[in-house]
Amino acid sequence: MSAKPGKILVDNLWFNNPVLIQVLGICSTLAVTNNVRNTLVMTVGVSLATAFSSWTLSLMKDLIPRKVRMIVQVLVISFYVIIIDILLRAYLPDASRQLGPYVGLIITNCIIMGRAEAFAAANKPLVSFWDGLTSGIGYMAVLVAIALVRELLGFGSVLGFRIMPDGFVPWTIMITAPSAFFLVAMVMWLARNLQARREAAAKAAKASPKPAAGPSPAKA
Amino acid sequence: MDFEFFTMNPIALFFASIFTSNILMSNFLGMCSFISVSKDYKSSFGLGLAVTVVMTITAAVSWVVLYYVLVPLGLEYLSFIVFIIVIAAVVQILEMVIDRASPALYLSLGIFLPLITVNCAILGAILFMQIRQYGFIESVVFAAGSGLGWWLAIMLLAAIRGRVENNPVPAGLKGAGITMITIGFMAMGFIGFSGMIAVQ
Repeated sequence: MSAKPGKILVDNLWFNNPVLIQVLGICSTLAVTNNVRNTLVMTVGVSLATAFSSWTLSLMKDLIPRKVRMIVQVLVISFYVIIIDILLRAYLPDASRQLGPYVGLIITNCIIMGRAEAFAAANKPLVSFWDGLTSGIGYMAVLVAIALVRELLGFGSVLGFRIMPDGFVPWTIMITAPSAFFLVAMVMWLARNLQARREAAAKAAKASPKPAAGPSPAKA
Repeated sequence: MDFEFFTMNPIALFFASIFTSNILMSNFLGMCSFISVSKDYKSSFGLGLAVTVVMTITAAVSWVVLYYVLVPLGLEYLSFIVFIIVIAAVVQILEMVIDRASPALYLSLGIFLPLITVNCAILGAILFMQIRQYGFIESVVFAAGSGLGWWLAIMLLAAIRGRVENNPVPAGLKGAGITMITIGFMAMGFIGFSGMIAVQ
């Protein structure tokens, strides 16, 4: 059951992207995607939490009785999230205040539990760490792409720098919740169509079982 | 942090948390189970009921634990872990009580209870309660309202999805994609209420 690190990377970024394909972890973070900086802070937090908890849970997998597995997983995850919360409060107090409860909600981000359950429970610690990290990066790529659109159209800026010309009228809807849903749906549509086309092409060619170089994963 | 019991009109807060700042539509909490369970009308009803009950009880218990145990001992930094334990414990106890009291209800509700431990809406409501420093009555009212709002939203979505399924949808949008767009339109509807009362 040992997959190659390169394949894990491509899978988690594109073919099995946590947001686009598995539809996980949309819970807590859509709310912060109206601002690129907060999205970056949040997704880095999620990536690190996923990586470290996958690593820890993979180390502990033989010690945990099946019956209490879930609660142990949640406790390990909350341990790392508390560390992230304390670090954010110390070094990025502004971002921490704006993110508010969403930092704590990393605990219930389904991606972390999902990776712990689906991958770390059956793999070696280091590979699990890598799997968690790349899942987080796949998540980051999608959310940053959405945040770029929302901040650009909603505030006319990117990372706080004004980009749009002075006459630009901000699209208020981009700041509010519905736009996040629409944008996620658009990105999902695009990604699934691209993948379906590639699959059809691969089937037609029938030569190689897998696209050789792999698609360019990050669209962000 | 003061121990005020009563700072905002609880009735206003109750309706605000159902409609104007619906925990799902404006805060995106509980999306995972919302999307996966809303395929089926009956399960949506069960999960909505379970979320409402668990949310109200856990908010009350967490408030007591937070202000009578954690704050006096200066252990607020452990609050995430403590809240998770409270949720898990309440879910476990509720499961046992329902199993004893009413096996019929257990059959319809029981499978959803474990799912709830990791439902972001529950933890989210508790964290909002902590950050906004609600009093006890407010916390319970807010949690009950949020739970009902969640319940309402999932029933609405389940009903809409039942209709959408009978209509042609582009292949790439099937399943999650069209559901997200549906939720987007629902969210616009809920945001329409937001001028009336502001919670926060």
